[in-house]
Order: sequence, then C-alpha cells, then structure tokens
Amino acid sequence: MTNNKDKTLLDNSGVDKTGVDKTLGEVLRSQGVSRRSFLKFCAATASMMAMSPAMIPKIAHALESARRPSVIWLSFQECTGCTESLTRAHTATIESLIFDFISLDYHHTLQAAAGHAAEEAREAAMKENDGKYLLVVDGSIPMDNPGYSTIAGISNYDMLMETAKGAAAIIAVGTCATYGGIPHADPNPTGAVSVGDLIKDKPIINVPGCPPIPVVITGVLMHFLTFGTIPELDHIGRPKVFYGQSIHDRCYRRPFYDKGLFAETFDDEGAKKGWCLYKLGCKGPTTYNACATTKWNDGTSWPIEAGHPCLGCSEPDFWDGGGFYKSLSMPTENITQTAIYTVAGAAAAGVALGAMNKNKKSSAVAAHNKTTIDDLEK
Amino acid sequence: MTEIEFLNWVRGPGFQIAVVIFIAGIIIRFAEILLLGRKTNLAEAKGSEMSGGLRTIVTRSFPDRGTFQRSTFTIVAGYIFHIGLFVTIFLFAPHILMFKDVIGFSWPSLPTPVVDAVAVVTIIALLAVLAHRMSNTVLKFLTNTEDLLVWLVTILPLITGYIAFHRIGMTAPSLLAIHILSVELLLVILPFTKLMHAFTFVLSRWYNGAISGYRGVES
Ligand code: SF4
Ligand code: SF4
Repeated sequence: MTNNKDKTLLDNSGVDKTGVDKTLGEVLRSQGVSRRSFLKFCAATASMMAMSPAMIPKIAHALESARRPSVIWLSFQECTGCTESLTRAHTATIESLIFDFISLDYHHTLQAAAGHAAEEAREAAMKENDGKYLLVVDGSIPMDNPGYSTIAGISNYDMLMETAKGAAAIIAVGTCATYGGIPHADPNPTGAVSVGDLIKDKPIINVPGCPPIPVVITGVLMHFLTFGTIPELDHIGRPKVFYGQSIHDRCYRRPFYDKGLFAETFDDEGAKKGWCLYKLGCKGPTTYNACATTKWNDGTSWPIEAGHPCLGCSEPDFWDGGGFYKSLSMPTENITQTAIYTVAGAAAAGVALGAMNKNKKSSAVAAHNKTTIDDLEK
Repeated sequence: MTEIEFLNWVRGPGFQIAVVIFIAGIIIRFAEILLLGRKTNLAEAKGSEMSGGLRTIVTRSFPDRGTFQRSTFTIVAGYIFHIGLFVTIFLFAPHILMFKDVIGFSWPSLPTPVVDAVAVVTIIALLAVLAHRMSNTVLKFLTNTEDLLVWLVTILPLITGYIAFHRIGMTAPSLLAIHILSVELLLVILPFTKLMHAFTFVLSRWYNGAISGYRGVES
C-alpha cells in the first residue's frame, strides 16, 4: 500500500479538485500509464467480464473519453473492511487509478473533511449532479432504533433515502449493504436491513463479499463507466459476470471432491496433498463468487488455495449456517439433544397410548356377546 | 425467503421437526404394538418360540426357490433398490458426516463415483418396480394411494440427491435445500406408512418364526 494512493483518494474528496474535468485517458497518461498497458488492462477486463475481444477497442475508447462521474459513498453499519479491500488492494494498478479517477465526493473514511463540512460536500455533490451521480453504500441500515448508527446526527435510514433520490444507480458493496451481513446475523439486534430492502425504485447492483474482491468492485465501476448501464444481474442482484459461477464449480480442488478425497483436519495427509475441504466446512458448493478465478491480492492466491474452507461470504445469511467449520451436510441445530428429548417424551406417550389401547381391547372383550344355541335357534 | 435462508431452515429447524416426528412416530408405534400383547397360547409348546423367531429374522432375507421362480423380477429389483438405498444413505461421505454430527461416531465411506453409480442403478430399479406394478393387472388392482406415496417419498431423495450432486438446472443452494427437504418428507412419513417395515420387519419375522417354533415346525 503506497501512501501516494491514500493521498490521491483524499485529493478526490473535495479538498483538492485537480483534474476534475480531465477524461480518464488524460488522468492515466498524466500518471504515466502507457497506452500499451492500458490496452492490456482493457483486454484483461474484457475477458474477465466475458466479452468478446472485438469489444476491447470499444472499451478502451469509452474509458479514455469517460468524464469523472460523481460518486457518493455512504458507510453505515460496517467494519470498513470493504473500503480496506479496495484501497489496500495492491500496488498502484490501473484498477486503483480508475478508482482514483472517479470523483469521490463523499466518503466518510477517506475524506479529509468531517462533520458538517463533510455533509455540505455531500449535499453540494447531490445538487450539482442530480440524477447522475453514482451512490455506493457499504454497511447495513439499523431499523430497530435509528440511534444505533448516525452520521452528523442523521440516521442511516434518512441519509440513505435522501441520497438515493437523485442517484443514477446504486452499488451496494459488501454483504452488509447487499444482504444485511454480519449485523443482520441471528438475532439481528439492530434490526439491520440491506439497501435493497429499503430502495425499490432505483437500479441496485449488489457486490457482496466479506469483503468483495477489489477487482470485482472496480469491474462494476468500469462497466458503468464504459457502458453507462448496469451489468446483467442474477436473481439476488449480483452481476452475473462475477457471480455467475459457484466457488465449487471453479475450484481447483474439485477433482478431489468428485473422487471423495477429503482433508479431515487442517494438518493431515489430505490437507498436505491439497484434497477437498468439504469436511472442514467448505461452503464453496453453495457460494457464488469470483475468488476461484480472479483470486485475491493481485491474483496471488485465494482462501481455498491457502488451505481454508470457503465461508460463503458472498451469500445472504452466511453467518447463520451453523458454523464455518460445520460441513454443509451437517444439521445446524443440536439434533442429538432434540433426539434424546423426543425419545423420552415419545416413550411416555407410547406407554399411555398402549394402556389406552389395552383398555379398549379388554372392554371390547368384555362387551362381546357369545352366540348361544338359543340365538341360533331363533 | 432467499435460497440460503431456505437452506439454513431445512438444515436447522426443518430437520429438527422432521427428526422429532420420525423418532416419536417410531417409538409410539412400537409401544402400541408391544403393549397390546398376545393372547396366551393354551396349546402345549412343541418347540422354542425364541429359536424359531430368531432364525426366521435371518432366513426371511433370502427367498426360497419357489418364491424366487414365481416372482423373480420383484425379488431381484427389490434386492437392488434395498441395497442401493443402504449404500447411498449410509456410505456416502457427506451423509456419514451428518450421522457423525447426530450420533457421535462414523464409519468409512465408499468412493463418491461408486455411490453415484449405485444411485443411478437404484433409481432405475425403483422406476422398474413401479412400471412392473402398474403393468401387472393383479398388482395394479392391489395398489392403493399409500403404495404410490411411499414409492414417491423413497425415490425423491435419490433423484434430488443425484441432481444436487451433479448441480443440474438450478442454483446450488436451492438444489441442496430441496434434497434435504425431500429427506425430511421421508422421515416424517415413514413411521405412519408401510415404510415402517424398515423397523418392524424384525418383529413380524420373529412373530412368524415364533408361531412355527412353538408348534415345533419349520417356518
Ligand atoms: S474445497 Fe470447497 S469449493 Fe473446492 S471442491 Fe472442495 S467443497 Fe468444493
Ligand atoms: S472463498 Fe468464499 S468465503 Fe472466502 S472470500 Fe471467496 S466467497 Fe468469500
């Protein structure tokens, strides 16, 4: 992480407006990015987003001439992990330059201004770019008591609703903003809800993950910059290009799963041989995310490659799946205890029913009239 | 409800409810059968009830030659799907993990491709059994709704399990949730239908053998 990058982000916070009217192409050139590496980046992006190579010049052209979109970033009940993921991604790459390029008019964590000055910057950006700015949200919104989370005395709910009104589109970043995330975990003490739970009349792109993969965040931004539209989404609002395939279907340990070769503990022979982590609780089979293909930390590795099962962080309620180290086939409740109580209760009920049946039987026997010779002669 | 919520429900409360009904149903039915008792046999015993009973529990697992010749198909297909059910339920690694979580111990699994193949054979056998039942006039006449219901709840977990493992058609959490739900349906229905024979076969065989044993004849 370079300090330089932090500075650039801060520069975008409304304090220093240098480069506001430059196109992305100009910004990149002024940062010393060669045309060759820019085209390489466009090619990589096209392939990552499953576009044909014929799209590369179009992407390059659209991006080069794109003007800085105004972005307002709101952080609610969150841990700042999503912002960390993005800003501490890796050394200055074109992705991070693109991130720098957007006019981040308001971001609690990154902006220099605070309190009312910061709120003024937000309001100014909203007014100036009404209907055009991009709203990015991380964190969930507490609905039980607005006092659980406020910014400059404004409740998260009020700030979200007010800021969403003039937004062109909303990007919900991280599992908290997209599905409620950890604050929403059972028993959800703050009544946390997601952005999508509250806003129904704006296009919302869900970019879940705890945190999301940085290139996925920038990829979605790129798509918006390039096409001015939102990418194709799946049934829970995630861009299909990044969340179209499950971890399990792209996992390089899959051949071991298919053969039934599992690591039983974190340090056994199976673990050393790189066998499947299903028995250690891997949620890869039910998780849709791009980790297995894009990897983390500039493509260095990813959780399963590092030997840890997938937690399912890009899915709703990943916190409530019975425990990260419980396999998917295991029940999430304590069934042993349930079974013991049931045996005791049912045994008593069985004895009672048995006694009733016995009674019925003996009264039936008692009530039975034997046919006599006289009866037959009637 | 999202599909993950659905999955979490069938793995949690749903499974709990199914297990309660399953266990309570079995125990109550056994209690009823056993507590009803039997009339004292006033005839003089010509042999041992116990030895005849125990012997029959085992011998009834093997068809005698006459029966085999008369109902070859039913017996062969019956063997196949019963063994197939045993293998798919008890020898598939993820299932063993489930048992281990509930009863505290485990046993070795079969390689997944073997279980996969057995599942296919079992499904085919169950389909064949139904086709046979419906194409045979007498069997068809004897078939009632319960017979079709128990066939359905038996084959459903196999089909949904096969589809979930091969991840066909739907997103994975839904596929897995539907599979678990189909198993819960089986658990709930089992004690109250003729599927209860999975447990009562021991009693009924013993009883058959015991009658003959008491009379001193072979059952
Ligand atoms: S490690 Fe996880 S994602 Fe990979 S094959 Fe095994 S269960 Fe699937
Ligand atoms: S491997 Fe799974 S838990 Fe880990 S980051 Fe990727 S989706 Fe999230």
